[in-house]
Amino acid sequence: MKSFNIYLTGVGGQGIGLLSEILLRSADHAGLKVKAVDTHGLAQRGGVVISHLRFGEKVFSPLIFRNQADLVIALERHEALRGLNSALKDNGTLIYYDTVWQPLEVRINSADPVTKEMIQRICRKRNIRDLPIFKADLKDARMQNMVVLANIERNKLIPGIKKEHYDEAMKDLMQGTMLKTNLKLFEEERRR
Amino acid sequence: MKTLGEILLKQTPFSEIVMGNTALVRAMIESHTRVITSYPGSPTPEIAEAIRAIPKEKRPFYFEFSVNEKVATEVAYGAAVNGHLATVFFKSVGLNVAADTFVQLSLMNIIGGMVIVLGDDPGANSSQNEQDNRHYACLSYTPVFEPASPTEIYTFYKAAAKLSKDKGMPVILRLTTHICHAKEKIDFQGWHDRELDKTPRFDTKNGPYVPIAADVFPMKRKALQRLETVEKYADQSPLNQIFDHGNSNRGVITMGLPFLSLMDVLEFADNKPDILKLGMVYPIPVKMVEDFLRVHIEVKILEELDNVIEKEIKKLAYDRQLSTKIFGKMDLEDWIGEYTPDKVFEILKKTWPDLLTAMDAPKDMVSSAPARPPQMCPGCGHRSAFHAIKKALRDTDITVADIGCHTLGFLPPYQMGELLMCMGASTAMGSGLSLFNDTRNVVVFLGDSTFFHAGLPGIINALFNNHNVTLILMENGTTAMTGHQDHAASGQNFNEPTDKIPLRRVLEGLGVRHIYEIDTYQQAKLTEMVKDAINIKEFSAVIARHPCMLKFTREQRRKPGYQPRRVDIDQQKCHRLYECIRDFGCPTFTQMADGRIEIHPDLCIGDGSCVQTCPSEAISMPKVV
Ligand SMILES: Cc1ncc(C[n+]2csc(CCOP(=O)(O)OP(=O)(O)O)c2C)c(N)n1
Repeated sequence: MKSFNIYLTGVGGQGIGLLSEILLRSADHAGLKVKAVDTHGLAQRGGVVISHLRFGEKVFSPLIFRNQADLVIALERHEALRGLNSALKDNGTLIYYDTVWQPLEVRINSADPVTKEMIQRICRKRNIRDLPIFKADLKDARMQNMVVLANIERNKLIPGIKKEHYDEAMKDLMQGTMLKTNLKLFEEERRR
Repeated sequence: MKTLGEILLKQTPFSEIVMGNTALVRAMIESHTRVITSYPGSPTPEIAEAIRAIPKEKRPFYFEFSVNEKVATEVAYGAAVNGHLATVFFKSVGLNVAADTFVQLSLMNIIGGMVIVLGDDPGANSSQNEQDNRHYACLSYTPVFEPASPTEIYTFYKAAAKLSKDKGMPVILRLTTHICHAKEKIDFQGWHDRELDKTPRFDTKNGPYVPIAADVFPMKRKALQRLETVEKYADQSPLNQIFDHGNSNRGVITMGLPFLSLMDVLEFADNKPDILKLGMVYPIPVKMVEDFLRVHIEVKILEELDNVIEKEIKKLAYDRQLSTKIFGKMDLEDWIGEYTPDKVFEILKKTWPDLLTAMDAPKDMVSSAPARPPQMCPGCGHRSAFHAIKKALRDTDITVADIGCHTLGFLPPYQMGELLMCMGASTAMGSGLSLFNDTRNVVVFLGDSTFFHAGLPGIINALFNNHNVTLILMENGTTAMTGHQDHAASGQNFNEPTDKIPLRRVLEGLGVRHIYEIDTYQQAKLTEMVKDAINIKEFSAVIARHPCMLKFTREQRRKPGYQPRRVDIDQQKCHRLYECIRDFGCPTFTQMADGRIEIHPDLCIGDGSCVQTCPSEAISMPKVV
């Protein structure tokens, strides 16, 4: 198989770490060779958090070349645009949770907010599949990542990874009610 | 669920996906490392997280977070000369703090063995510089192993520990940020615990251990002799590898993360150069390098940060009168930043313009996303402190930052803490700024972990020499920025509860005459206190206290019956003065397209520190949602 590169991005506190770990382990359960790296450090203090995931036989560095990601997953709209610009290749796929955590400059009016339409326009121009996701009745914001995961599965965005692989990965990482609620949400959303 | 603690102690061989930092812990266990010490700093804190995953009674070693890196190094050394294999780990700049002790280590006969694990940070991902700690290795005659992946962290540590024990000398395992944090599947070997030999084996006969006067030279001679033997060891070591692409024209000598980047970049090359990948970067395997130079017409040294290896190799080529064309650093940019695949692509293109085919790049790049600098969390006590303290100061007053979450105060809208150096430097820099200065008040900030780490000498100096500065201790009860490690005033160390060493008692003991103390959420009172404090024309201290709310909220969420709370904005009362976003600046406040301010439901933690900041009293007290 050709290598497959995923660039995962969001804001510190959004649960990027868990999502990235699930994807990584799902790929492993699917028999893919994996490499990954998360950015830590200052990130958890409201900055940008990024995770690189690379699947395939001929993968060395965990870091993806600029604009060579096949799939960009973002948990926030501004970060979706940043990821689209800096990481995604033409003809790739962008999936993002359409919530907004305003960066400082936007809050104080010194920069324009990013709109859904803006992202859509760029995606069209670059022939990128654009999948904004939002679940209005979601109670716990920390489960937005699970809604995104379910939609990744539903749209079969990662070649080679099947539903059972996602399930197995979740079981590796969670237990008790947390596992139950997450599996339930995952199941509901992927069938929607 | 797989629990990390159980995985790490498995007796039979197994494979698992882990981060480099976690792989290190398994390697330490398999090597029977008995004493491990550290002071937190990125990229290494996850090593301690993995250790924490093993219940204390089951840990086959002793671990502590010491008060600073120098102390951590000394504790590890003490244990090692008593016969225990020891390891100390910390971030890049930690070695500056530990240096006074570290540079002596190679003079000693460290009978138990001692590995110094360094988390260097090319790219300054989370550090105040990107210093290349290999220089310290040269200056102290200490061998350096440099892994390129989590798997290599695991195997290289074991080799380093063995070498160190065999030779009784310190050995460095040099990691970098994206090696520490990389994840991959590793095949681990089995392991059996050995009974701990508790005999204190310190014996002056193994020494000398006192480098004074005439003893210094024989000790130095021994250190140099040992290093010579390691040079031979390096030449035999399987950790240095050749990747033969059958290219007699071109070769690359590289190591660590740049090696991985190179391998990815070479997917774009038809005629791949041969590669010598160094696993030992100090001393270099001389014979191997010489042979590699001899069989290539041109050799590129692909080396992140400084030209440490380049100088060694050029010296070697000169001594052996080799005619190989050696390409080292070509311009200033080669010295700066992490050698990511993109960077290595550019460097190779610069070196050999014909080597690589072009990469597809998107053509239509237009808009850019607004920057998202890190910021203090919702409810952060430091935010309340800055908001209040700013009101007590004039624009011309000088505010000095220290290292920690409060450093983020330099960003808008607070712009507090206009100078930053390194841990513990604020009080003494402020003391210097106060000399000949009768017009501008000097206010210095200091975090509580930093107070104990390196803050005390500056404070004592200010008292001893009577400097007129106001110290603001930003006490949040934890080492927040690096992931909430306990410190001497937390009442808990890594292993057990301990007596707190309260900041106030330390200050009183030192004889500080003017001490103020307040919870930072009492903003108006804090403003008044700081006004008082800066009017005193001698050293004064304000303890501005509030628990780290990120830690606090996480702990609350885990408790049964936890009920989330939030503030609300009464749109009738809101006069759109925007103090909440422009001055107080909690990220919860979101400006809507019509100019309205709303509370972000995912961000507000219901701490209520903002309520007092609204001049129109439009923010309601937090309520359960
Ligand atoms: C010599 C050195 N060691 C470690 C670090 C890593 N470091 C960065 S911020 C920080 C936390 C300081 O804690 P504290 O003073 O309590 O401030 P807080 O982050 O809690 O506000 C540390 C240890 C460093 N920058 N320099």
